[in-house]
Amino acid sequence: MLTIEQLSLRLPHYGTGYAAWWKRSWATCLDNLSLHFLTGEVHALVGASGAGKSLLAYAIMGLLPASARLNGQLCYQGQLLDKRSQKTLRGRELALIPQSLNALDPLVRTQRQVAWAAERAGQSSGSARQSARQALDHYRLDTRAQQAYAHELSGGMARRVLTAMAHVSQAQLVIADEPTVGLDPHQRQRVLAALRDLADQGKTVILITHDLRHALPIADRVTIMRSGKLIETAPAHAFQGTGRSLTNAYSQALWLALPDNAFTLPKPCAASIADKAAGIKAQQEISVA
Amino acid sequence: MLNAHQLSFQFTAGVPLLQNVSLAIEAGQWVGLSGDSGAGKSTLGKLLAGYLTPHKGNVILDNATLPTSGVQPVQWLPQSPELAVNPRWRVAKILREAWTPSEAQCQAFGVQPHWLSRFPHALSGGELQRVCVLRALAPGVRFLVADEISTMLDPITQVELWQALKQKAEQRRLGVLVISHDTALLKRLCTQRYHLSNAQLTPIS
Repeated sequence: MLTIEQLSLRLPHYGTGYAAWWKRSWATCLDNLSLHFLTGEVHALVGASGAGKSLLAYAIMGLLPASARLNGQLCYQGQLLDKRSQKTLRGRELALIPQSLNALDPLVRTQRQVAWAAERAGQSSGSARQSARQALDHYRLDTRAQQAYAHELSGGMARRVLTAMAHVSQAQLVIADEPTVGLDPHQRQRVLAALRDLADQGKTVILITHDLRHALPIADRVTIMRSGKLIETAPAHAFQGTGRSLTNAYSQALWLALPDNAFTLPKPCAASIADKAAGIKAQQEISVA
Repeated sequence: MLNAHQLSFQFTAGVPLLQNVSLAIEAGQWVGLSGDSGAGKSTLGKLLAGYLTPHKGNVILDNATLPTSGVQPVQWLPQSPELAVNPRWRVAKILREAWTPSEAQCQAFGVQPHWLSRFPHALSGGELQRVCVLRALAPGVRFLVADEISTMLDPITQVELWQALKQKAEQRRLGVLVISHDTALLKRLCTQRYHLSNAQLTPIS
């Protein structure tokens, strides 16, 4: 479905003060990632903040800032992705549920925005309106919420509107960036179940989250990332018991740190985790350009 | 001992958020509080810390009401640390607002010396949360209200934060009210748990 081969991403890192431009150095944000996403799976990308999960999503969508330097290959259904093909596929084949609720247009009513997403996917304006209404009903947004502006929605409602937009776009690859932040347990279940549904319909869902525990029940495979590097890709059922079937010490530590499990940090791993506290920037090789 | 006695509170007339809620936390005790969104968990926390004044009832700390000036002995730790700091202050000034933690104390919470010269936006959420927790541990502080302080952290950072806080609380016999959706976390941390719903507090055994 989607193959990522040896993807590296560098972003400029500016010094402070006068003449900062000339003191520009490069921070490696993604480091030699190779990943393969299958059709019909929910693939969870898990990692601490600053691990580069969202940047990977932007790289797939082609939404990186112009100053970013990208190396490596992205291959979507046998077709090489570049800026131009990403622009055509965005909103039709590829859909992103963004992390920030600011992605909603503040001047347009909810239903109209969702209809836009359907139109972008090639529907006529009449049927777009119809499918927007259906999708919003599906996510239990009542008529009042459908006619509301973005600032009138609660955080949970706004998230469901964004999810509905990905739903109507009929995209084959849906990337959900932290879709459950700020939702209470009931709403979280509903959004996660909706993502699982999409995968069961034969679409590919990439679920970006730091919440390993709630991703596990719906995920088929889990990829652990840490400061731009790929740590491990494991099937969801590997996360059980003492996590012995996980090959990497960091993913084991992540699993054991959950309150349902040991809620402690294993001793040999503590040192490698401590360097995380020393700041992600210190670890990344910042090379002077 | 922190004693909330028959607290009532409402934001909208006729819709009581809390009704005759009583809660007692002893020094060194960890109490858990769960409840749905909008049940009034944070409001109860703010009432205990003196951010809000109850319409009925009172909050008593060792036979006296909460002080209105000086270091507040009951500290409220909010969910989003970004909103609890002045964006125009550097981390050193934020951290030392009420007291100056020693180097060893900074180390226990993983607060790195090179953060001090930065502005808060240059720290990640987890890093800033640790700064905020350490800031709240001034010598006069006796009780903490931890309002969903670990929700946005990854599991490892979560454990690090709670371990550091647990150690500190044991040393100084701090009482802590942990507010969270996460039942497993509350079971791990707290000796007593309560559930807030329909303006009433019910103990979970």
